[in-house]
Amino acid sequence: MNSKTFLALLARDARVARRNMIPLILQTFLQPLLFVFIFGRVMVGSGYMPVSYKSLLLPGIMAISMVFTGVWAVAMPLIGEFQFTREIEDRLLAPIDIAWVAVEKVVAGLIQATVTGVLVIPLAWIILRPGLQLHIANPWLLVAITLLVAGFSSCGGLALGCSVNQQHIGLMFSMVMTPMIFFGCTYYPWSALSNFPILQKIVLINPLAYASEGLRATLVPQFPHLSLPLILGALLGFDILLLVVGLRQFRNKAVS
Amino acid sequence: MPAAVRTENLRKVYSSAPPAAAGGGFGGGPRAKKDKKEPRPQITALDGINLQVERGQIFGLLGPNGAGKSTTVGILTTRVKPTSGTAWIEDIDVWRDQTAAKRLIGVVAQRPNLDFSLTAREILQFHGAYFGMNSTERSERANALLERFKLTDRADQLVRGFSGGMMQRMSIARAMMHDPQVLFLDEPSVGLDPQTRLLLWEIIREYNQKGRTILLTTHNMEEADALCEKLAIIDHGHIIAQGTPEELKASIPGGYLLRLRFGHHSQPLLERLGTLASVTEVRASGESGADLYAGRGGSLIPEIVSAASALGVELSDVHISEPSLENLFLHHTGRSLRE
Repeated sequence: MNSKTFLALLARDARVARRNMIPLILQTFLQPLLFVFIFGRVMVGSGYMPVSYKSLLLPGIMAISMVFTGVWAVAMPLIGEFQFTREIEDRLLAPIDIAWVAVEKVVAGLIQATVTGVLVIPLAWIILRPGLQLHIANPWLLVAITLLVAGFSSCGGLALGCSVNQQHIGLMFSMVMTPMIFFGCTYYPWSALSNFPILQKIVLINPLAYASEGLRATLVPQFPHLSLPLILGALLGFDILLLVVGLRQFRNKAVS
Repeated sequence: MPAAVRTENLRKVYSSAPPAAAGGGFGGGPRAKKDKKEPRPQITALDGINLQVERGQIFGLLGPNGAGKSTTVGILTTRVKPTSGTAWIEDIDVWRDQTAAKRLIGVVAQRPNLDFSLTAREILQFHGAYFGMNSTERSERANALLERFKLTDRADQLVRGFSGGMMQRMSIARAMMHDPQVLFLDEPSVGLDPQTRLLLWEIIREYNQKGRTILLTTHNMEEADALCEKLAIIDHGHIIAQGTPEELKASIPGGYLLRLRFGHHSQPLLERLGTLASVTEVRASGESGADLYAGRGGSLIPEIVSAASALGVELSDVHISEPSLENLFLHHTGRSLRE
């Protein structure tokens, strides 16, 4: 690999991200924080939800925010740049194997998703403060899971961004992202599905389920969660699978 | 010394519609529904292209839309994978070592593909960075190119708001940024006003004088004639003629067109003109004119004048057009380039 070229590609994405900072922040944080406010503050404060729901909700919100950020940061530019503006062509002609152009996008998305995950915790903490109980026993485990979640979201963004046509962006969000979020153990723990045994099995094909459960296991281990080896193995597996699929799709798009 | 660009028996068969950048202007329409009984249509875009472009040459690929020009450029620039055959840039087999090939080339695509999230200056600087230029080198070269392409006053604006002509100039500046050995320009002057076109030609010649090789595609004969030292005429994926513009033009019989105006019309005069040596066809044009197709130009004038005065007719105006590539294309394909 040619590291100078790779770093220059990253620097380009950093420049663009810095230029779009304010819309990017609003787009990333507004929705999860409103959700935290209504469900964690208003619903709990008015007695419809128990206080413990605050702690249960936070890891799920963090997972959703990270996945949205990662997918959006990689898929949206790719869809536009391949089909509409074709601006990716200049980077495809850079003196580096085109797979690294895709990997650079994944790294940029991974960084954005990680930053989002790291920032959501204190922001949600400010909103939820009284009654929120976080127990981070092993910070390294939190780091590992955060990176794996960021990785699957940006690799997923690569796979989706290279498979979806511009006219199907809306469909991608309603058919892929929305069910993924609702069946991703985000607003409830996986164990809560024990009364729906078939559904409980089906949601295990959803990578977001492992993301939410993984963050739950490291941030709020007092709640029941999937076993850690299963979570780590599944997240790693999804990272690799989506990266391989994404790279293949990317090559198909880049070379005719 | 290897040729700057060489291809051997290049073939490309698309199994779906060729992409807009490589297919000659067809939009990327929705793909036809897959039907197992009927295999997807196979479109042969290139059918055995052999080219050789020497170092320091300005080489033109001339042909109508959809002839295979962009596909050829696509293969040479790592964007279209050939079905068979080999393409070399200098001594590098493009499809064996794409990264090494990419170091040697600069590419101006047919459609503008500028980075809309960046300013003009940033586009050049990041492009330089991709090629490993250091920051001093990058900013000096970017400034020089912006100046040369008359873009300095817009250098720090996002290119999103640029006009078509400015975007095209910007694309060419970007392709020149890392000073590539071989510069590919796919239809560089489409949609440019005449003034910008002249600036562009001047810059291309200037770049060529530094010893760089230029391969451009065009369907504009005037451009091919004015710029290129060597031409290949391409149609339906085949090269139908190759040579210098002069050689190519000399290869068509009766390539000169003389448009004559007389004081008045006379049928005997037209008949007399038809008998002059090397004249292939005479057509009456309007009230008092004649179009004369012949194998020579200026040297026919004295004979025309004496033939006319013998019949008491005065020659009032002459326009001679030399053998043109348009005529050549017509000669080889029976179709006009503009069709």
